[in-house]
Amino acid sequence: MDLFFFLLFAFIAVACAVSVVLQKHPISCALSLVGTMASLAVLYLLLGAEFIAMVQVIVYAGAIMVLFVFVIMLLNAGEESSKGRSWIAKIAGLPALAALLGILGYAMLTFYPMVGPKASLVHFGDFTGGGAKEIGTALFTEYLLPFEVTSILILIAILGAIVLARKEID
Amino acid sequence: MEFLIITSIKLALILFVFMTTLAYLQWVERKVIAHVQVRMGPSRVGPHGLLQPLADVIKLITKEGVLPPHVNTFYYLAAPFLSVFFALISISIIPFGTGVEIPAFHMGGATYGPYKTMFELADANMGILLVLAISSMGVYGIALAGWSSNNKYALMGGLRSSAQMISYELPMSLAIAAPLLSIGSLNLRQISDAQAGYSLGVIPHWAIFAFPAPQFFSFIIFMIAAFAETNRIPFDLPEAENELVAGFHVEYSSMTFASFFMAEYANMVTVCSIATLLFLGGWQPLWPAAYGSNFVAPLIFAGAGAICMLHGMNPARPFDRITLPVFGVIFFGLAGLMAFPPTVPILMPMFWFLGKVGFLLFVFIWIRATLPRFRYDQLMGFAWKFLFPVALANLLITGFLVALVS
Repeated sequence: MDLFFFLLFAFIAVACAVSVVLQKHPISCALSLVGTMASLAVLYLLLGAEFIAMVQVIVYAGAIMVLFVFVIMLLNAGEESSKGRSWIAKIAGLPALAALLGILGYAMLTFYPMVGPKASLVHFGDFTGGGAKEIGTALFTEYLLPFEVTSILILIAILGAIVLARKEID
Repeated sequence: MEFLIITSIKLALILFVFMTTLAYLQWVERKVIAHVQVRMGPSRVGPHGLLQPLADVIKLITKEGVLPPHVNTFYYLAAPFLSVFFALISISIIPFGTGVEIPAFHMGGATYGPYKTMFELADANMGILLVLAISSMGVYGIALAGWSSNNKYALMGGLRSSAQMISYELPMSLAIAAPLLSIGSLNLRQISDAQAGYSLGVIPHWAIFAFPAPQFFSFIIFMIAAFAETNRIPFDLPEAENELVAGFHVEYSSMTFASFFMAEYANMVTVCSIATLLFLGGWQPLWPAAYGSNFVAPLIFAGAGAICMLHGMNPARPFDRITLPVFGVIFFGLAGLMAFPPTVPILMPMFWFLGKVGFLLFVFIWIRATLPRFRYDQLMGFAWKFLFPVALANLLITGFLVALVS
């Protein structure tokens, strides 16, 4: 059952990701990205990371992608035209993609043996530390410094947004 | 197998009851607003217009669904489906009572049971977050409807809706977080159970009365944000009829049009259930059973039955001679069921929960009949300049008080 859902949602995630690239219309691209985010959330859920799954939906599929859709609707962006691609992209695009995937795959299998075929198998339901309590404890003890640095980064981003927006008004 | 059968039965029951509720909520809304405005409201179809929802549904189903030529067909048809999907899915995790236990019984030589089941379809560990996640996805239905209609007014409605929903999600989440600090669980059932008990013997431990930090302000903030999240007056800017004709659903007709209304009412029920579970103690009664809170429900229903009987004796319309006694008997039957000892532990929590949800729904309708609509810049300014800071301060004070006590 778990394996079936894993395969189903992994397939949906990949299909939506491909669709993000292939779709002509920006709204369709954005909605495909929502599909990818949502199926990633299901994959997190299958692995036992409940809290991350919910936050993934709330933050990425809910808030950020709604903003994307909002901006696309506001600008009323039309279909992108397929003209104007350079001949290098047309000829070397697919081979370069294949090469990139190959290099990335090789690098991952070499440097991170925990994800390769020799790694111990992942069993669904093994991991139980995905609740809000465990995440909170980890964030405020082990990962306190990255957490605080991230919050400062977000504060800087908010200030930057305010500065940029104020220029328009003055 | 047993799980599948029980779940299917629950699913069918919940779907039937919920759909009927949605249809009748429309009737209640029209009736309440009419009486607030000193009118009669629907009164032609059936006694007191009680069959009006049925007539509306038949009308909407049999109407021709017009597909305008200028729309983006795929998203135009997908939008109402998405709205209803996300609105209905969140009801599956709302526990609307404690649960039911059927002892083992013999039938046809075989023994069945004992069966024990909760009232909600799924007892999700992250229940409250799941509701937030689903409601944050719900905006796509309205935004897409507005965009795909290829109509200026609809687009404005869709834009307003997405901006409004993102803005009000923040104070809503902060208001939800505050009571969770002292409750310490994200599971809706545990949240409700944590509010059991009474201080000084009579004051219930509901989050709005809770000891270290009463969550009264979070409750108010949550309800204000809920009005915006469900696109209800005074925040129904996405469909403001005197600015935008009908906003995001201006190009829709027949069932696609009706499905947006279904989604709106379903969202209202969900939000009121969450408010009840988080702030009003779920199915915990207002005062302890030792002081007779179990007799409230039978008394109310018996009173309703007596009123029906009384009016049936002295009918104002010819049909009342038949219909009112029938309703009276039904109410008396319900009263008897509520007082019948074996069913009390099942029905009492349900009565209190549904009573509170019903009261909050009434508040929604009452406010719709009372308040005018906000202007759009007022709406946004209110969310960001007032509601958000207040919710943040409330969360900080609650956290401080909870830390101080524990």
